[in-house]
Amino acid sequence: MFKFLTLWNRELSSYFQSAIAYVVLFFFLLATGWNFEWVVTLINSSPTDVSIVQGFFNNFFFWFPFVLIFPLITMRTFSEEFKMGTIETLMTSPVTDLQVVLSKFAGAVVFYIILWLPSLLYFVIFQQVAQTGVAASPGAIWGSYAMILLLGMFYISIGCFASVLTNNQIIAAVISGVSVALFFFTGVISLFALDMNQNLRDLLSYFSAIDHMGTFSKGIIDSRPIVFYLSMTALFLTLTYHIFQRRKWKS
Amino acid sequence: MIRVENLTKRYGGRTAVDNISFEVGKGEIVGFLGPNGAGKSTTMKILASYLPATSGTAWIGGDNVFEDSLKTRSRIGYMPENVPLYMDMRVTEYLKYRGALKGIGGRKLRDSLVMAKEVTNLQEVENRIIGTLSRGFRQRVGLADALLHEPDLLILDEPTAGLDPNQIRQVRDLIKSLGKSHTILLSTHILSEVEMTCSRVIIINKGKIEASDTPENLVKHMRTAGGILLEAKTGSDDGLSQLKAIPGVKEVSVKTEDDWNTFQLRLDAQADPREDIYRLAVERRWQLRELSRQKGTLEDVFVELTHADH
Repeated sequence: MFKFLTLWNRELSSYFQSAIAYVVLFFFLLATGWNFEWVVTLINSSPTDVSIVQGFFNNFFFWFPFVLIFPLITMRTFSEEFKMGTIETLMTSPVTDLQVVLSKFAGAVVFYIILWLPSLLYFVIFQQVAQTGVAASPGAIWGSYAMILLLGMFYISIGCFASVLTNNQIIAAVISGVSVALFFFTGVISLFALDMNQNLRDLLSYFSAIDHMGTFSKGIIDSRPIVFYLSMTALFLTLTYHIFQRRKWKS
Repeated sequence: MIRVENLTKRYGGRTAVDNISFEVGKGEIVGFLGPNGAGKSTTMKILASYLPATSGTAWIGGDNVFEDSLKTRSRIGYMPENVPLYMDMRVTEYLKYRGALKGIGGRKLRDSLVMAKEVTNLQEVENRIIGTLSRGFRQRVGLADALLHEPDLLILDEPTAGLDPNQIRQVRDLIKSLGKSHTILLSTHILSEVEMTCSRVIIINKGKIEASDTPENLVKHMRTAGGILLEAKTGSDDGLSQLKAIPGVKEVSVKTEDDWNTFQLRLDAQADPREDIYRLAVERRWQLRELSRQKGTLEDVFVELTHADH
């Protein structure tokens, strides 16, 4: 555990040792802040049946930056170690492959959580200023953040997998960007293809991040997406682990 | 300390290490010598548990490298070729991280840091970012890392590659002083380095061990190592054929400048015909300016063993 924490600490602090952390933090804050402002304006302008939480977590200006951040967070994780050769010093220390894979994943997840922390303030400030609840229930807020975390873990595991495939960060970013987008848009299809067979629509909506976020941001906790995202995360981490072992031994 | 038995490593059709066996005793400084691509680094990587072997086994201090890899890794201080480091970290920060990975903590880690920085002379740059350090300092950071957990065995892959002569001397002295308390396996293709630092040399070529002995013995047993230099005025004599007739002389070449002939004699193994040559010179009334034995070098041994025609 001590070694895992050491590795994890190194992963997390490595984000802040490069400019990329600050760039991502800055633009993400800018995007979410602007999104929040846009939703507040929208709700002010006409009567609507969605709460500010539902509006904030489920619109184009939320999803667009959301899908883009994962390649940026994960592209370095493994590819940098392989490219710089530091994988050799790392793996000849008494640490296991599993510790390395999990610590890199955990480092990225914690950075992602840090990215989201400031957004909690939006709701606190809104509540203070408007003197009214931001959602029908506190469950809606926590449900939304739970979905943010689940989705984040899934997309980060895809990013780790992409990064372990190549020495080149840019290629890793492209692979993870395309894969994350593919998963995301598989769910979107069901919203637009109106003449689709109902069974197919049901199947696709099982993948739909927008649907899941819609449910969770109402404060409804559905177990199916939880199982789906946790098992997909486990699947991609297992793949990452196996490719990592193979690559290490072939280099 | 190290026992390697029938170790073979194949990479996609190419055999990098071909059925080698050797041992390194406790306290020895052993030099792994060979041309580029001979299999030195591969063998070291296998010993450090970075690569699996295709077949064969290796033990470090009685533990199997493949079965108890975590245990053997914690007993080795390994410095890979080119010393990969995290360029964005500061020296002390990096060493602290590496120490923690090797399972050292608290007071012991603080003491180890002080010791490692002192031995490798890193105090003056301890707060610098590694990326801004010169090659020589980076090499020392790598060495300090290898020493942190006070391992029984140091495996150093080309510890002086890419350094300038002053830095090479510093690292060499450091290795020598470390040899008093550690077993060391180092690889290099700088021959003088091996002659100066190592108690034993293993010459490896095309994945096979060609020789394993002390540098002195290797030179002594070489067939063509060394020779005799003779400078004489031979007048009307044909020095060349007369010298060739002396028992023990294998080959003679000559260069002439201002009536002075400089003969270069190659000898049979362990022959020393200097007395016979002197006698010949006296008999034939040659004027003698120099008659000296040239010691063989490890370079001769290396070239002979690893030459492509061999």
